[in-house]
Amino acid sequence: MKVYADYAASTPCDNRVVQAMLPYFTDEFGNADSQHCFGRETAKAVADARDTVAKILGCKPNELYFTGSGTEADNWALKGVALHRKDKGNHVIISSIEHHAILVAAEWLENNGFRVTRLPVDGTGLVHVEDLEKALDDQTTIVSVMYANNEVGTIQPIKQLAEAAHKHGALFHTDAVQAIPYMNIDVKELGVDLLTISGHKFYGPKGVGALYIRNGVKIDKLICGGGQERAQRGGTTNTPAVVGMARALQLSRENLAENNAYIAALRDHFEQRVEREIPFIRQNGNKAHRVPSIANYSFEFVEGEGILMLLDFNGIAVSSGSACSSGSLDPSHVLLAMGVPIEVSHGSIRFSFGKHNTAEQVDYIVDTLKQTISRLREMSPLFDLKKGGTYNV
Amino acid sequence: MYNQKVLDAFAHPQNVGEIENPDGEGTVGNATCGDIMRITLRIENDVIVDAKFQTFGCAAAIATSSTATQMVIGMTVDEALKLTNARVVEELEGLPPQKIHCSVLAEEAIKKAIEDYRAKKEGKQVDKSKVEYV
Repeated sequence: MKVYADYAASTPCDNRVVQAMLPYFTDEFGNADSQHCFGRETAKAVADARDTVAKILGCKPNELYFTGSGTEADNWALKGVALHRKDKGNHVIISSIEHHAILVAAEWLENNGFRVTRLPVDGTGLVHVEDLEKALDDQTTIVSVMYANNEVGTIQPIKQLAEAAHKHGALFHTDAVQAIPYMNIDVKELGVDLLTISGHKFYGPKGVGALYIRNGVKIDKLICGGGQERAQRGGTTNTPAVVGMARALQLSRENLAENNAYIAALRDHFEQRVEREIPFIRQNGNKAHRVPSIANYSFEFVEGEGILMLLDFNGIAVSSGSACSSGSLDPSHVLLAMGVPIEVSHGSIRFSFGKHNTAEQVDYIVDTLKQTISRLREMSPLFDLKKGGTYNV
Repeated sequence: MYNQKVLDAFAHPQNVGEIENPDGEGTVGNATCGDIMRITLRIENDVIVDAKFQTFGCAAAIATSSTATQMVIGMTVDEALKLTNARVVEELEGLPPQKIHCSVLAEEAIKKAIEDYRAKKEGKQVDKSKVEYV
């Protein structure tokens, strides 16, 4: 059996999305900026896509900018605002559990003379408004906190965080890449100034994202070039991708509640079985505030890469927060920020479910996982010591 | 990322476990770094007749543990002391660059187990409490 349980990494493109995209590769290939009829046809498709996405996010079409990825949108938001407002102040605030798109962009700012504060999270991955209030000062120009975390799924109190930032005159950006597939988002209601989405997390194409920038917010360009995206983001518009992303977002709003309930039921069934049948585990994330798709567990005494590979041998695709599989030597910054002990964090796996998963698949994952964990534990000197009672994790 | 030989060694590790009352034992690594390796040896007339391992670590750590134990069985202790991690990696037909450090543990665990054997042979009391599992 082949089971994909890594929907937080990417999702398969919906066939209806592919169909919507196809004409723009061949017949309607014109450059959306061209003055002739080929260009006008494409420009119309891009405008329609922008209208569709803007309507769903509750903003005006001219507040929405297409980008080449969520990462680009995140970089643009953080660097663009920080650089544009550097005369006001040089302080940037992010959370300690951001995606690398924000994390590394903040490091870049730090290396270029900015001061960066990384907000702590509690044991469930929640940022507390009081911590933001303490960190804000008159030098703070932008705060960026992700809406839903990509590793553990915890949903942040964005509205309250944005209000706190605004009280101190700072702008607020949220990376909503993992939230938008499951949550209805109205940017005005949420009160954010900038917001990032990415197409391939909601059954749309890869290589396309969007940044909402509230009218009135001034931002430096990240990609200089032609007059595309109201002269704010150079580069020929990727018409098939933006058409596909808009169609995918539109489709994702149909039956959103039903799909969420279906995915949450699978995830809950998975968690109930794991928690009942596998000892020495730690559940990571906030069970009361999280997206329906993600389950994250640390399996003590074993290392994540081994789990991931043995599951892969059995056709199961998941993700590991462990250092060894990513090529770096540091374990997940998210789990460490949540206070997961470093030796426990090494054995962490993210399971993320989607609308194509079935209960049968979930049972297959748990059955295989049980065997995998006990097999690796049989090999582990730590588990041997644990059984002998001489080692305390 | 891994070649087929490493994948096979990881999927079907040999010599997993622990020898009871071993003639030599060595544990290296630490849990914080994400890998610990424990090797136990049965040694007769300075020849390694059996070797077993237990490893907490990634696939490369498990594959190198398995391969290293297979390589030292039949070696004299002097030969085994000369076994380098480079030889183990060669036997596995290569590891990704960022995984080379995992192979050092196997070499170190074997050396430590042989030192333990020699200390025991010379009648020195081996202080087990020095085995650290930080």
